Amino acid sequence: MRLCLGLLLGVALYARAQPARELTVFAAASLRESFAGLGKQFEGKHAGVKVLFNLAGSQELRTQIENGAPADVFASADHKHMQALVAAKLAADPKVFVRNEPVVVVPKGNPAGIKGLQDLPSARRIVIGVPEVPVGAYTLKILDAAVKKYGADFRARVEARVVSRELNARQVLAKVGLGEADAAIVYRTDAATAKRTVEAITIPPDVNVVAEYPIAVLAHAKQPELAREFVALVLSPAGGEILARFGFKPGGGE
Amino acid sequence: MKRRAASAWGPAQAVASALLGVFLVLPVAALFTTLTWSDFLGGLDNPLLLPALKLSFLTTTSSLALVVVLGTLLAWRVTRNPGRLSRLLEILSQLPAVIPPAVAGVGLLLAFGRRGLLGGWLDRFGVGVAFTTTAVILAESFVSAPFFIQAAIAAFRRVDENLIVVARTLGASPFRTFLRVGLPIAAPGMVAGAAMSWARAVGEFGATLLFAGNLTGRTQTMPLAVYTSMESDLRAAQALSIILVTVAFAILFVLRRVAAGRALPGTEVRGA
Repeated sequence: MRLCLGLLLGVALYARAQPARELTVFAAASLRESFAGLGKQFEGKHAGVKVLFNLAGSQELRTQIENGAPADVFASADHKHMQALVAAKLAADPKVFVRNEPVVVVPKGNPAGIKGLQDLPSARRIVIGVPEVPVGAYTLKILDAAVKKYGADFRARVEARVVSRELNARQVLAKVGLGEADAAIVYRTDAATAKRTVEAITIPPDVNVVAEYPIAVLAHAKQPELAREFVALVLSPAGGEILARFGFKPGGGE
Repeated sequence: MKRRAASAWGPAQAVASALLGVFLVLPVAALFTTLTWSDFLGGLDNPLLLPALKLSFLTTTSSLALVVVLGTLLAWRVTRNPGRLSRLLEILSQLPAVIPPAVAGVGLLLAFGRRGLLGGWLDRFGVGVAFTTTAVILAESFVSAPFFIQAAIAAFRRVDENLIVVARTLGASPFRTFLRVGLPIAAPGMVAGAAMSWARAVGEFGATLLFAGNLTGRTQTMPLAVYTSMESDLRAAQALSIILVTVAFAILFVLRRVAAGRALPGTEVRGA
């Protein structure tokens, strides 16, 4: 009995014994490399601070935050999930820090010979995001907009080729990088991280959408001061420079 | 007709064994053979590896300790006090084994999450369980407990009732009887059960992802690190998988040896 109590106590103590200065950032999967760079810079300026990242689909991060996951900052790939947290008073005052552009990606060498969005139905296997993840929602919006241009059944013809709906943009990208999918829609910045394995094809602007990424400090932040400073860094010219290096376009703050 | 069926029986076994054998070994072999050394070493450089390895070690040893200590007492109680309550306990303790891990994750969240049955109450005391390392340990304990409990019950059932009666009439207390008679005889079976239970905990993925999240250094265990590194680099995922498989095999091998070694003096006869 004493042993059990000791064990339980040990487990509880371990969970509590965390170094005081850890900043936990929940960020959309497409921000992996750029936020790693921002985290490094932040740690360099704040001695003794460690930045922890949880990178996943924005919808997954939102659910985790709603269920009490300890996080200080949330960076979403769309407004929907951020607004849900704002409405629940779990986040306040989000600011758009970057914009991003969906593109069609194909494996290096383009085995299905896809030249543009209109060729998607000729791919044998397409992978897109689930409707809940921002990249999946943007994809459906693009397909709906393309209906006017490529015919009423365009979305249905593309969806007939969809073999998997993945939980975040990077899982979508990975399937194309592996050659398991002939085409997918991800962000231009995702494609840029996998230049060795994929090629990006621009989507015509008249059917494309602009992905806006809002960032906010969370209401239950354990490190609200550090969180505000991190958000300030992301919105600063220095932070913008790092984000631009990975292909993100400036956000405009609103 | 009968003769022909009989003559096909041998080859059928051979073909089935070969097919199934190749099918079961091929994915593991592919893990090891489709990677060059430099890719593997590059994969070891993955920043996710070390935190995940440490976390997996810490959480699985914690969950194993919890499961073994509490599970041993439960198994002993169930075997020594047969009755309706024990029967119920035994069945309930097997429930997690048939629940899909993703469902376990949802259940754990509904029980211990901020808005959960117990979680709401815990939250009032400032104790958050979901999405912490504690949540990982709970998820691993939940899914792995049935394997140990079942093995321990089976092992205790094989302890000869007469030995216990003798120990008691010779004046040994119930606790001493458990410690000096029950445990040593059941030990090999329990070690094997602990090994299976540990392997299940190491591989835990679904419940952890849903209930504990995927935060490097805090809740991202090895299987989650494999899943996450797939997003950026298949080779890294492969290198992590190789390490996971190798470590798992090594520890299982050692545990099996321990179980076999302990089984030698006299106890094997009892099992027969």
